[in-house]
Amino acid sequence: MADHKPKGISRWLFTTNHKDIGTMYLVFSFIMFLVGGAMAMVIRAELFQPGLQFVEPDFFNQMTTMHGLVMVFGAVMPATVGLANWLIPMMIGAPDMALPRMNNWSFWILPAAFGLLLSTLFMEGGAPNFGWTFYAPLSTTYGPESTDFFIFAIHLMGISSIMGAINVIVTVFNMRAPGMTLMKMPMFVWTWLITAFLLVMVMPVLAGAVTMMLTDRNFGTSFFDAAGGGDPVLFQHVFWFFGHPEVYIMILPAFGIASAIIPTFARKKLFGYSSMVYATASIAFLSFIVWAHHMFTVGMPVKGELFFMIATMLIAVPTGVKVFNWIATMWRGSITYETPMLYALAFVILFTIGGFSGVMLALTPVDWQYHDTYFVVAHFHYVLFPGAIFGTMAAVYYWLPKWTGRMYDEKLAKWHFWLSIVFVNLTFFPMHFSGLAGMQRRVPDYAIMFSDFNMMSSIGAFGLGLMQLLFAWILIKVCILEKGEKATDRVWEDAEGLEFTHLPSPAPYHTFDTPPKID
Amino acid sequence: MSLFRKMALFVASFSALLLSGCGDDIKYNMREGVTEISREVYELHMIAIWVCVIIGIITFGVMFYSMFAHRKSKNPNPAKFSHSTVVEIIWTAIPFIILIALAVPAIGLLIKMEDASDSELTVMVKGYQWKWEYKYIDGDDNLANDVRFFSNLDQASRDMSRNAGSGFSGVKIEDENYLLEVDNPLVIPVNKKVRFLVTSDDVIHSFWVPDFSVKKDAIPGFINEVWAKVDEPGTYRGVCAELCGQDHGFMPIVVKVLPQDEYDAWYAEKVAEAEAGPDLNERTMSQLMAEGEAAYNTYCKACHMENGQGSGPFPSLVGTEMVTGEGSLTKHIDTVLNGVPGTAMQAFGNQLTEAEIAAIITYERNAWGNDTGDIVQPQEIHDIKNGGGE
Repeated sequence: MADHKPKGISRWLFTTNHKDIGTMYLVFSFIMFLVGGAMAMVIRAELFQPGLQFVEPDFFNQMTTMHGLVMVFGAVMPATVGLANWLIPMMIGAPDMALPRMNNWSFWILPAAFGLLLSTLFMEGGAPNFGWTFYAPLSTTYGPESTDFFIFAIHLMGISSIMGAINVIVTVFNMRAPGMTLMKMPMFVWTWLITAFLLVMVMPVLAGAVTMMLTDRNFGTSFFDAAGGGDPVLFQHVFWFFGHPEVYIMILPAFGIASAIIPTFARKKLFGYSSMVYATASIAFLSFIVWAHHMFTVGMPVKGELFFMIATMLIAVPTGVKVFNWIATMWRGSITYETPMLYALAFVILFTIGGFSGVMLALTPVDWQYHDTYFVVAHFHYVLFPGAIFGTMAAVYYWLPKWTGRMYDEKLAKWHFWLSIVFVNLTFFPMHFSGLAGMQRRVPDYAIMFSDFNMMSSIGAFGLGLMQLLFAWILIKVCILEKGEKATDRVWEDAEGLEFTHLPSPAPYHTFDTPPKID
Repeated sequence: MSLFRKMALFVASFSALLLSGCGDDIKYNMREGVTEISREVYELHMIAIWVCVIIGIITFGVMFYSMFAHRKSKNPNPAKFSHSTVVEIIWTAIPFIILIALAVPAIGLLIKMEDASDSELTVMVKGYQWKWEYKYIDGDDNLANDVRFFSNLDQASRDMSRNAGSGFSGVKIEDENYLLEVDNPLVIPVNKKVRFLVTSDDVIHSFWVPDFSVKKDAIPGFINEVWAKVDEPGTYRGVCAELCGQDHGFMPIVVKVLPQDEYDAWYAEKVAEAEAGPDLNERTMSQLMAEGEAAYNTYCKACHMENGQGSGPFPSLVGTEMVTGEGSLTKHIDTVLNGVPGTAMQAFGNQLTEAEIAAIITYERNAWGNDTGDIVQPQEIHDIKNGGGE
C-alpha cells in the first residue's frame, strides 16, 4: 500500500494525517520543554544562594512568568495533544481524527502563538513579569507594554486547544470501530475525552479573562480596577475557574497513560475499569467547584471558604480510588520493570506525594500559612513534573517502538530514569521545607535561613536539566539515527489495545482504513 | 558546604521531621508561633502531616511489597481478578472518614480565625510598591495627632542585595536578618486583640506574619480584616506573600510586640511627634545632597537605578528634560509629589517627609553630572503641598 504524501517541508505544512500532526505536537512540546527548562535554569542559578548574583529582579520575574506559561501551554498541553493525535485513532480503530484539516490548523497556530509570546522577551520594557497567573492590576494597570502581545498569544493558544479538544470529542463519539462501546474504550481514550470536555468548557473562560484585561488596558473599561467600580478579585475568580480544571487537563491524560502501562507490565487486567472511569469523571466534575481554594487569603466570606475547603478535600476520594486501583492491578501480577513501567510507577508514587500536600493545602486554616510559599511550589511541581511530565515520558517510551518500529536504548533509558528520580526529588522535595519555614514564592532573593534548601534545589534542577539532554539523545538515536533493534508488532509481551494487537510496528501511515472487529 | 554534606543534611532533616514530629527547628517546619491561633494551626498542620505519612507508609508499603513479591521471576503466573466491589467500597469509604476527621477541627478553627469581633486596637495596614504603611486608628477626627508611618526594607539589606553579574562567587551574605529588617517596625501591645485592616494603594500585596498565622491579601479598593492576639513580647518577622512587581521580595514586615506600658510610652511619643509637625529647617546644599542620596537609595533606586539611568520602562534622570530642562523644577516637584497616574511612579507627597522630598529633588538635580545648582528647601515643599495644589 503506497502512501501519497508531499515530500519535504510541504508534507508537514499541509499534512492532515493524525500521525504527522501528533509527531509535530510532540516535537514542538519538547522544544518548548527545553525553552521553559532553560528559563528554570536561570531561576535556579539566581536562587543558588542569597543575594542577587545574575539577573535583575524584573528579569527574574519575567523568567518565572515565561517559565510557567511555556511549560503549561507550550510543553505539557501540546505533549498530551500529540499523544492523543497519535493514539486515539489507533486505539479506537479509526482511520484518522474526525476533523483532519482543523487538526492541521490547531497545530500550526501554536508556533505562531509561542513566537508571539517569546518575542516579548526582546521588547522594550521586557516580557510579562506578573507571574503565569497574571493577577490584575499588576498585569493590567501596571503590566509592561508587551502584555497586549501576551494577551493575543493566550487567545491563540486557547483557540488551538479548543479546536484540538473538539476534534477529540467528535472523533471519540463518531469514529469508534463497530463493537467498541464507550465502556470498552482504553482508559487513555476515556481520560482524554474527559480532558477535552474540560478544555472546551474552560478555555473560553480564560479567553474572557484576557479579553477583559485587554479592554481594561486599552479601551477604558474597569472590570478589574476598583477605582472604576471593578474588582481585582473578580479576575482571580475568573482565572481560577479556568485554572483549576486546567490542572486536571494536564494530569488526566497521564492517568490514562498509567492505566495503559501498568496492566501491560503487571501482565494483569486493569483493576476496576469502570470505577476508574467514574473516578475520572468525578474528578472532572469536582474540578469545577473548587477554584477558590487558590484564593483562601483574598478575604472571602467564611461560608465560602468552608464550601471550597470541603469540596477540595472530596477530590482526594476519587483520586485515592485511582491510586488504589493501580496498586490492585499490580497485586499478584507478574511484574517486569522496563523503562515505561518504571516511569509509570514513579508517576503513581510521586503524584501521590503531590496529592498528600494537596490535601494539606485544602485545609483553609493551615493554607493561610502555606499559601504563596515554596510549599505550594513543591506541591504543584510534584503533580506536574513527576506527575504529568513523567506520565508523558512513560508514554513516549511505551509507544515509541510502535511509532518508529525500533526499540529505544534500554540501558540509557534506565540511566535517564534513575537519575531523573534522584534529581526530581532533590529539586522539589526541599521546597516543602523552605516553604514551611517561611520562604515566599516568586522572589529572586531570600533570607539566609533558606540557603541550604535552595542550594539543594538548584543542584537538583541543574541535574534535571541535563537529564533532558540525555532524553533528547535517546530520542534522536531512535528517530533520526534509526538505531536500535526492530520492535515486534506486539512490542511488549501481552500488550493490550488495538495499536498493539492489530497493527504492525512501525504503524503504517494509514491505519484502519477498514475498521477492525471488536468482540 | 560540600554537596555530600548538603545531601546528608537533606536526608537528616527529612527523617528528623518524620521521626521527631516536633517543629523546634523552624528551618524546615512551620513555626508554632506566638498566638493561640498559630499554635492550633501548627497542631492541625502536624496532624495533617502525620495522616499523610501514615497513609503513605501503608499505601506505598503495599505497593513496594507488590513490586518486590509479585515480580515476574517470583510470580510467573499472574492472577486473573480485575475487580472486587467490596474492596472498592472499602477504599472509597475509608478516605471519606479520614477526611471528615480532618475537616471537623479545620472548620472549628477557621470559624475562630475569621472572628475579628471585640478587638482592642485597630491598625490599618496598607501595601505599596514596595513598602508598608501602618496607621493606628485612634477614633478621633483630629488628623494632626494621627500615628502613621511607612516601613521600608533596611539600608543594610539594600546594600547587600544588588550584586547582579557577580556570579556564583558573589558577595557572601551572613546577616541573619538579611531581607527581614525594616527601618520602622509595626509596634503592637502584648495580650491585646489587635485587628489589622489590610488594603493596598496599587497592586495586590499580602500581609504575612508567620508567627501570628496571619496572612491576608492587601487589595486595592477593598479592605480585608484579620487579627492577632500575641502572648509573648518580641520581634516577629514576615514578608509580602503576593507577587507585587519587581521588589516583591524586598518588602518585609517586622512587628515589635511590647508590654503594655512600653507600648503606651512608644505610642505617646509617636503622637507627640505627629503633633510637633514636620521638620522644615533650612539645610545647606551638602546636607541636602547627603540626605538626598540616602533617601534616593531607599525610595527611588529600585526603578531609577543607583546611577539615575533608569531601566526598562523606568525613565532616566540623567540630563533628561524633567531634571535639567529649562524651568523644569515645578514639574519635577509635582511629579514626585503626585506621581504619574497609570505608571509605577507613585505619589510620594503623602509617603515621605517634606525634608526627604526636598533632599531627593535636590540630589536628583545635582548628582550624576546634572549639576543644575538648584536647591529645594523643605519649606518650599511644605508650601506647595499646603496651597500650591489647591
